[in-house]
Amino acid sequence: MAKVTQQPVITLEHIRIQFGKRTILEDVSLNVNEGEFIAVLGPNGAGKSTLLKLLLGMLKPQAGVVRVLGRSPRRGNDAIGYAPQHRNLEVDLALRARDVVGFGLDGNRWGPGLPSHKRNAIIDKALLEVDASAFADAPIGQLSGGEQQRLLIAQALLTNPRLLLLDEPLANLDISHEQEIVALVDKVCRSRNVAVMLVTHDINPLLPVVDRVLYMANGHTTIGTTNEVITSSTLTRLYGTPVEVIQALGRVFVVGAET
Amino acid sequence: MAIFTILQYSFIQNAFLAGTCVAIIAAVAGYFMVIRGLTFAGHALPNIGFAGAAGAVLLGIDPVIGLYIFTIGASLGIALLGREATERDTSIGIIMTFALGLGILFLSLYSGYAERVYSILFGQVVGISSADVLITAISSILTLGILLVLFRPLLFSSFDPEVAEARGVPIRFLAMTFLILIAITVSLSVQVVGALLVFTLLIGPAATAARIVQRPLWAIILAIILGVSYTWLGILFAANSTWPVSFYIATLSFGVYLPVRLLSPLWIGRRARKLAITRQNTSLSPGSPAEWEQSDSVPTTGRVPGSTR
Repeated sequence: MAKVTQQPVITLEHIRIQFGKRTILEDVSLNVNEGEFIAVLGPNGAGKSTLLKLLLGMLKPQAGVVRVLGRSPRRGNDAIGYAPQHRNLEVDLALRARDVVGFGLDGNRWGPGLPSHKRNAIIDKALLEVDASAFADAPIGQLSGGEQQRLLIAQALLTNPRLLLLDEPLANLDISHEQEIVALVDKVCRSRNVAVMLVTHDINPLLPVVDRVLYMANGHTTIGTTNEVITSSTLTRLYGTPVEVIQALGRVFVVGAET
Repeated sequence: MAIFTILQYSFIQNAFLAGTCVAIIAAVAGYFMVIRGLTFAGHALPNIGFAGAAGAVLLGIDPVIGLYIFTIGASLGIALLGREATERDTSIGIIMTFALGLGILFLSLYSGYAERVYSILFGQVVGISSADVLITAISSILTLGILLVLFRPLLFSSFDPEVAEARGVPIRFLAMTFLILIAITVSLSVQVVGALLVFTLLIGPAATAARIVQRPLWAIILAIILGVSYTWLGILFAANSTWPVSFYIATLSFGVYLPVRLLSPLWIGRRARKLAITRQNTSLSPGSPAEWEQSDSVPTTGRVPGSTR
């Protein structure tokens, strides 16, 4: 697919983020282009969620420049869709699937909101896009992890964002649901030409679909295609300790890195 | 019918009017307390309010003033504890028992018969003046109006504070404002049903409604219907007997909640089963089954670093 790259969706220049004395990110620079599918990898505490919060304007860097669609990050940016790390929703909650999706449309507006056909039509379309129409009226507590994840993605898409930030959407899913969500995100990314940053622990389900991989460790990052980044030499340099990347049965395994 | 003849008395009319106002706002505020996991605060705040009332009596001022000061003060404290605090309920409980201890001290220091403090504890729905009714009605309408304005962002931030915050919802401000509204609701309700039984109007109807219907708006409307019914029936029964109103209201609230709580798994389960059937029929998955089998056969133990869960 030919990519039109007038303006990067994300530009980071020499970003440093510290929490107290602890440096989370140090001198991070990168660009993400329109419609790119990027997997964000790295050990726990490497700053993956922090990076998303930076783009959402929920925290400020101690140094460096952030640009999202050419502007400083700010909260309430309709150009960004966000689905945070998933919590299992309580069984007893009086909320239907379509209500969850509806939050993405007007959950931030004041007032009780009036029911309207137009609103329902928009929500129905979003449910259809993520293949969730079958359980549109079901109480959310009774949906599986994969089904809840679809709703959160639909919710994030309702403002027609140019950038989709998904934090661990594959966590706690079995392998078939993992593949369903990956296929869904890929479809959304390509059909809407929306840039996707998907945080994950396991690159393997994403290998066939991602454009580039952003690997974070030790406060540093490296970005490139899977073949460039997930290699023994690149990861050894990033971690600062010997790391071996093993390819077997069409999957990659990273061995030796401290977890 | 004979039991309705009591309606001609103005103190019974006042009881109905004030009781209705309180039942409505308590049900609405209670719904949000249930979904925000704040039900324990619904028990603690009235008891803390009791201490304030006792303190006011000791100082020789209107106990209602002490009630508001203590409930609003405690609300701000609870808001500062934050949503994430895993020990929140423990902290609230310790604050509550400290306040109760103060209340007992204030009562023991007071030499006279603290009748108004007892009415704060047990409620005094038939002792409400027309002026009280007016104040209750105006406060209720204001509280309800603010809750309506906050409705969508409050609902959004109750269910998903992180996304709500990213979307620009001022979640801290909302949490604080909501807790102050609870304090006002509790203080109004205490004067009708008494501190010991506020929970029954605040949480009872909302918790029952949330088990019966799945849409927020319908749950709130049903909670209002339940709360108002308990109150009306309670006043009606009490006026025709020697037993107190609060007893009837609490018993009705319990008597409806219990079967709903026990039986709701039946209809909730049925909905889930229906769901499972539609799912099978319309199924749904991108990616062919053959692909899944293939990936299933691949060992998934070796993961990229960080897969510690």
